[in-house]
Amino acid sequence: MNQPKIDTSPKVSDEVRKTTCYMCACRCGINVHMKAGKIAYIEGNRDHPVNKGVLCAKGSAGIMQVNAPSRLRAPLKRVGPRGAGQFEEISWDEALQIATSWLAPLRETAPEKLAFFTGRDQSQSFTGWWAQQFGTPNFAAHGGFCSVNMAAAGIYTMGGAFWEFGQPDWDHSKLFVIFGVAEDHDSNPIKMGIGKLKARGARVVGVNPIRTGYNAVADDWYGITPGTDGLLILSLVHLLLKAGRVDLDYLARWTNAPVLVNCTAGHADYGMLLRDSEGREMVIDRTTGQPAPFTQKGLRPDLAASHQQDGITYRPVFHLMAERYLDDSYAPEAVAEKTGISASRIRALAAEIARVAFDEAITLDQPWTDFRGETHAKMVGRPVSFHAMRGISAHSNGFQTARALHMLQILLGTVETPGGFRFKPPYPKPATAHPKPHCGVTPGAPLDGPHLGYVQGPEDLCLRPDGSPARIDKAYTWENPMSAHGLMHMVISNAHAGDPYKIDTLFMYMANMSWNSSMNSGGVMQMLTDTDENGDYVIPRIIYSDAYSSEMVAYADLILPDTTYLERHDCISLLDRPICEADAAADAIRWPVVTPDRDVRGFQSVLLDLGHRLGLPGMVAPDGSPAYRDYADYIVNHQRKPGIGPLAGWRTGGDGRGAPNPDQLQNYIDNGGFWLAHVPAEASYFKPWNADYQNWAVGMGFYDSPQPYLFQLYVEPLRKFQRAAEGHGPHQPPDHLRQRIAETLDPLPIWYPPFSDAQVDTDAFPIHALTQRPMAMYHSWGSQNAWLRQIHGMNPLYLPTNLWQSHGFGAGDWARVTSPHGEITVPVAHMGALNPNTIWTWNAIGKRRGAWALDEKAPEATQGFLLNHLIHELLPPKGDGLRWANSDPVTGQAAWFDLRVQIEKTTPPAHSLPAHPTQGAPVPQGPRDVAWKVGQ
Amino acid sequence: MTQLPTTTTRKLGLVIDLDTCVGCHACVISCKGWNTENYGAPLADEDAYGANPVGSFLNRVHSFEVTPADDAPPSLVHFPKSCLHCDNAPCVTVCPTGASYKRVEDGIVLVNESACIGCGLCAWACPYGARELDPREKVMKKCTLCVDRIYNENLPEEDRVPACVRTCPAGARHFGDLGDSESAVSQLVAQRGGFDLMPEMGTQPVNKYLPPRPKDQLQETDILAPFLAPVTDTSQGFLGWLDRALSALPGAKE
Repeated sequence: MNQPKIDTSPKVSDEVRKTTCYMCACRCGINVHMKAGKIAYIEGNRDHPVNKGVLCAKGSAGIMQVNAPSRLRAPLKRVGPRGAGQFEEISWDEALQIATSWLAPLRETAPEKLAFFTGRDQSQSFTGWWAQQFGTPNFAAHGGFCSVNMAAAGIYTMGGAFWEFGQPDWDHSKLFVIFGVAEDHDSNPIKMGIGKLKARGARVVGVNPIRTGYNAVADDWYGITPGTDGLLILSLVHLLLKAGRVDLDYLARWTNAPVLVNCTAGHADYGMLLRDSEGREMVIDRTTGQPAPFTQKGLRPDLAASHQQDGITYRPVFHLMAERYLDDSYAPEAVAEKTGISASRIRALAAEIARVAFDEAITLDQPWTDFRGETHAKMVGRPVSFHAMRGISAHSNGFQTARALHMLQILLGTVETPGGFRFKPPYPKPATAHPKPHCGVTPGAPLDGPHLGYVQGPEDLCLRPDGSPARIDKAYTWENPMSAHGLMHMVISNAHAGDPYKIDTLFMYMANMSWNSSMNSGGVMQMLTDTDENGDYVIPRIIYSDAYSSEMVAYADLILPDTTYLERHDCISLLDRPICEADAAADAIRWPVVTPDRDVRGFQSVLLDLGHRLGLPGMVAPDGSPAYRDYADYIVNHQRKPGIGPLAGWRTGGDGRGAPNPDQLQNYIDNGGFWLAHVPAEASYFKPWNADYQNWAVGMGFYDSPQPYLFQLYVEPLRKFQRAAEGHGPHQPPDHLRQRIAETLDPLPIWYPPFSDAQVDTDAFPIHALTQRPMAMYHSWGSQNAWLRQIHGMNPLYLPTNLWQSHGFGAGDWARVTSPHGEITVPVAHMGALNPNTIWTWNAIGKRRGAWALDEKAPEATQGFLLNHLIHELLPPKGDGLRWANSDPVTGQAAWFDLRVQIEKTTPPAHSLPAHPTQGAPVPQGPRDVAWKVGQ
Repeated sequence: MTQLPTTTTRKLGLVIDLDTCVGCHACVISCKGWNTENYGAPLADEDAYGANPVGSFLNRVHSFEVTPADDAPPSLVHFPKSCLHCDNAPCVTVCPTGASYKRVEDGIVLVNESACIGCGLCAWACPYGARELDPREKVMKKCTLCVDRIYNENLPEEDRVPACVRTCPAGARHFGDLGDSESAVSQLVAQRGGFDLMPEMGTQPVNKYLPPRPKDQLQETDILAPFLAPVTDTSQGFLGWLDRALSALPGAKE
């Protein structure tokens, strides 16, 4: 044969620069291959704890993000009307002078008139600190829109939830059950984990109305009706309790199942836990039959014993659970119709869970010592693990549903045991170890503490003396007392309504509010451009920072252009949302692997500059110069407490705690961009109760003293809100909320139908409508990516077979989709593997014409669409003169998966509807062709 | 018109696990990135930000819905597809210039771009649709099995695998010598019933696919998951059971 000679060993690159991906929130380590100073290729970093070398489509396409034509080029000042997208380029000095001239008077007189909300921010410990120093109570990121039900339910119940708080024990789990999981933040680790499980023949069960992605590879699929996951879970709990297939030893030792509850109805403390003088929960010791604090050495907590004291009857939490969940209203036959899952399949799932948990229990030969001083020769595990995300969380019953799932895990004894769910440091961390929210405003001074936290009762709400909300988003009010992440989705509508008060400046970062990051996108556009009787904008000033020409840019008065992720410093900090693994604490940096070719600056550096100009405490050196040169300087030298800074690695004197080290960033770069400290083997499981883990965590600086605690099957702070609603105590809810608080803030998990079902005619709007994020493109930024948009350039509305046939749809057809709030007209496609009452589409593929440097005729604009237009931030009026939020009543999480619609076949229009007019953009349209080869 | 070797020393190829592939497209883009920068002309994208973006890719993922004959629910299969490096490759024999060829040493099917006239005959001949004409250079592009990675001495040894295999998050892609029955990939094919794609075409593909495992098998009557026998029917009875069960726990009062 006469084969051509080819070079099979070409030079790969001049240099590899290792940093952290930002194509989504997964934060994988990446190797950026450089040729002649340009980016030639991006691959996963094999040494990195998150992705161990693999990389998803988004990460591999980062190269097209860094050369995207939609990148903003210079600071911009609006010159046309809001929304038109007409700007003039200005200097950074002018931009910062404008911002300072707007903000300085607010700080001196009324700091709350600045609302500072950051969207997909990965620097919240810094942006929150900045807002605190400014003095406004109005700060949060996008968690309220995203998944606060999951986070808050996890923290209150067991000191952490899924994703960044913990992970399945991929190496030991034998059964993995996922609820409401589509693509999400734990993007690569879940794929890697499922790969590991499958390689050893473990079973995966998917509970989801839609069988795509992870659910498509699941061995068994439960195509549940949206909003009923909680009911299915409580039915599983019913079956397991009834069969006695729960881990009594685990429940007795590590949870508040044996803790005594005041069960004397009518007593002022009815429903409260019995505590000793030091506030420790009390149980009956099975050895002595006497009450004892849960921390007592040698204690054998009794799950069964009642107790009489001072004329009050106390019963263990476990009694209350048995009473509630053994009720036949949770029997599979009673829930089958609502959930869309047959009784026999519910029984099959419960039996399989029980079989694996108890008949296939695993034992590791690893001794450990608990907080009561008892040493255990082995670590016994129940190899069933669970994961859940937005599908159960983005409902108005999401908090209680997430609680129910945590209760199920705990009953099985699978949390923090081998084969189950494992926390990632710095979690576990109970709600009581977190700060409480703060809202104390003093003009000219910082806020009285951090904005976000975990309330313990009505006394911790963020209310002003007259009872009105202290925060513009009404977080931590009686409407949603445990809104641990704030309510970003309510900021614009509340600011527009002047309810609870008017603001002056709306300052946002990476938050596409006029498009896919709001419910009711069209309404938000209106609110951002609305003027008062004097012709002034109702929201007077808007400052926005983004790296790209997103839909939101056109609505700002001042644009502070950010860098792309490969042009900047960042820290993925233990103070924030770290990248730890169950076996290791870890943090990471980004550093500029290329220099921006535009007049743009990293937002965090700009914020420090602005902080200096405003004279914010901590941002001005004693001589009046900036305290930090830029964000990199802050990352290295800022100390939150003595010895504790944004990065834990390579501090002077050691890891975790220590003085700043001027070479710290170089140490990170030399190590591949991250730092990692392994959890000692004896500390690797049972972390909330493991003395070795607790001591290690103190050494790392996660807390200042050991914090052992019991899992809160019964959440007493919820009961405190119920008591207030019943009329007890000095802090009283408004009358119109009493009944709802009493019904929904139940200290034991409950299920109730999504709120909108009660206010929407479900016969007229019989169909559930959902969105999912595509794996190849789950951040909205994807659409300007020349490679990724060829995978998902438009998003059909997928219909199940029964609807497809009954409406007579065929290929190429379009449907008009109507909700009580709005209507859209969109292309449809058929999909059989769906719950029969559910339709869905890919989220955030649809783009507004003129945005993202795309052609006006781009399929994202002509055929793509958003379901957001169908969803309102408020429920339809119910005739009581009030407008109720379309949110969870506990946390305020946006209930966008409660959406109900009707569909009809319609003539295809020229493009999907509603079609908003083309918006102007500060960047030209992208080049026609792309062929990015930087080497020879 | 171009001859195939009668045998190849090795048969390098991919084994793709359809039971594990979640359809994330990581392999598609990693391939696009490596092969844009490396072997031959860059994989171009025409109308990249326009109404009809068309780029060349060497690997794509298609998704198919499978509806079982019984009343079991439909399921979705993600199906990554690239050149299968066939032993009897019709794309090679059809090539009028000898640009398409199959390597003797490892069986990789390649296009010598300097000899390719972009006539497209090979793409017509391939029954799998695994070849794409680059929209800009008008030369035929196809999977090279990352021939410039797998022997590349500038890469660490563990990275000498195709880009799609290195990046696959779920571990659904495997690379090796399918001509060696002892190799890990051959063993995997044997254990999991790996199959040829469209064997009736007579192309003798080297790449193999592993089938999805049977789905929706969980039944209440499963021999491994016996019915959950209730310990009681009443809440009162439950407390009686609880007391007995607690007494049986280690360390309980005698």
